[in-house]
Amino acid sequence: MIKIDLNFFATLSEYLPEKNDCYEVFEDLSVEKLITDLGVPLDTVKLIFINGKREKLSYQLKNGDRVGIFPPVGGG
Amino acid sequence: MDKILRIDVGAQGGPKAVETGLGDYKGLGGRAMTSGIISKEVPPLCHPLGEDNKLVIAPGLLSGSAAAMSGRLSVGCKSPLTGGIKEANSGGQGSQVLARLGYAAIVLEGKPSDDTLYKVIINQDGVKIEADNSLKMLGNYDVVSKIKETYGGKFSSLSIGPAGEMKLSAATIAVTDMEQRPTRHAGRGGVGAVMGSKGIKAIILDDAGCKIRKPKDPDKFKAANKEFVAGIKKHPVSGEGLPAFGTNVLTNVLNEAGGYPTNNFSSGRFEGASNISGETLAELETARGGKATHGCHTGCVIQCSGTFNDKDGKFLTKQPEYETVWAHGGNCGIDDIDAIAQIDRLDDDFGLDTIEMGATIGVAMEAGLAEFGDAQAAINLVKEAGKGTPLGRILGNGAEVTGKVFGVERIPVVKSQAMPAYDPRAVQGIGVTYATTTQGADHTAGYAVATNILGVGGDVDPLKPEGQIELSRNLQIATAAIDAAGMCLFIAFPILDQPETFQALVDILSGFSGEPVTADDVSALGKSVLKTERDFNTRAGFTSKDDRLPEYFRKEKLAPHNVTFTVSDEDLDQVFNW
Repeated sequence: MIKIDLNFFATLSEYLPEKNDCYEVFEDLSVEKLITDLGVPLDTVKLIFINGKREKLSYQLKNGDRVGIFPPVGGG
Repeated sequence: MDKILRIDVGAQGGPKAVETGLGDYKGLGGRAMTSGIISKEVPPLCHPLGEDNKLVIAPGLLSGSAAAMSGRLSVGCKSPLTGGIKEANSGGQGSQVLARLGYAAIVLEGKPSDDTLYKVIINQDGVKIEADNSLKMLGNYDVVSKIKETYGGKFSSLSIGPAGEMKLSAATIAVTDMEQRPTRHAGRGGVGAVMGSKGIKAIILDDAGCKIRKPKDPDKFKAANKEFVAGIKKHPVSGEGLPAFGTNVLTNVLNEAGGYPTNNFSSGRFEGASNISGETLAELETARGGKATHGCHTGCVIQCSGTFNDKDGKFLTKQPEYETVWAHGGNCGIDDIDAIAQIDRLDDDFGLDTIEMGATIGVAMEAGLAEFGDAQAAINLVKEAGKGTPLGRILGNGAEVTGKVFGVERIPVVKSQAMPAYDPRAVQGIGVTYATTTQGADHTAGYAVATNILGVGGDVDPLKPEGQIELSRNLQIATAAIDAAGMCLFIAFPILDQPETFQALVDILSGFSGEPVTADDVSALGKSVLKTERDFNTRAGFTSKDDRLPEYFRKEKLAPHNVTFTVSDEDLDQVFNW
């Protein structure tokens, strides 16, 4: 198992599990599997940031990753 | 909208108003109108606070009509902050009301013969100009209260606070919202100082008895507007994200992306971000009986704003924007949302640009005038500016002046105007816009954040130079056209992603004017505005050396990505070669 710092933002925050800042998952788990296992509908996810960089659903998680998931958002 | 109101503030016996036809300016609106008049009539080398500068206030081409989102107002002049051409853009009721009163522009010109302060009252019966020294040095909230007492009724107003009267370079012009609160501002570049230099404290607009502007082809216009509204509502950003959380939803996004300028642009992440995020703000607003969803003008269907009540549930200010929360928040190491809202109220009341003031206080903190994170010290510094103490006047003249006075090297400005809430090293596309726009560092001039960070209008890697020039160029052209139309810039989210919504906008323009309009015409309009503005700036003495970021953005690496700004100077010089 590895630990990640997991965050869901805006309308997705309701899906955030407990102990999210040191959330345990299997190494190389995909982001897609991570969020579907937590019940997040895939079509509500727009932005995936891993350690500050945009990644795809297929990204495989590494120990210590900082993961931020957003629905479509904008401003300015 | 077939006339221009010119007010000669230097006329014998006090300001004198004359109405003229549109002449050479026929068919122009918003930013195309303000920049058109400034470029043609203002000597580019004039002093921005002197006799030859003009303040031009223009509703957009579609303002005052039934077109959704068409209530943006353009305010133009030669900027006392940048020394170049300025278009400051505001929401609020002013644009719709001014357009319905039939004015394509108000032009304040000349130089007052003494320091008497005037208010201008415009309604369907005509224009009255009255001396009113009882308004001297009043804040915008008190100005609006006094107008209510003496004028009563349903009006909108444009006004300046003490900052404008003191001719500070960070001074704004306040525009009232639907609740007659002075919460919307033509914020950037010191337009309020130019209004102050003309001796005009307030412009009161009452469109009672005036009709909505009618389209030439009502069927086409109506159908296109319906499609346009549907497009805005179905896009997740304009239809869901912005109404629910407002613009401040970006705090967490930019912080995650490592592009959130913290402690005067010294880091790209802020530990206290979640305390001041849009999510936290919306929850707090609702809990205190405020509104998390609210529009700034009639005809807004996005409703990105809100109302912020204090701890006792009493109205304090409108929902602070992302840029405000950043400027007075993370950029100063402050994560106290109540303190930030209090500063937002002070800025609105004094008539100060929240971006410029937040950036300035960040520079002042770096200089040692206060500690990063000290919210009370920040509040006190803003109050100094409002009072006009010598220190306050330094701060009220912006980040560059303050940095020079206190010997700070890290001053985040382009063309002397402070950068907003996106670090150009981690969001390189917005760095291109900061560097090259005619306006001085301005995110709204070509919002590359959309494509660099938000996945709107495609994807361009924010950390690399590739693709940024073309992205910024195309956005700057589109934005100039949107600003000319009087449309809210947030329509960019749906029109960038949905070709049918862009087409609906084109059809609205065509249905309204009764002339054929194509997508190419819209692009040509944007290019012509930019060309006019670049020409003015060139004649004002600007060269390619002014289209650069400060040196330290190429030298100092920004955490967490440890990047510098890497778009080359040669490439920056290609932005306007289309």
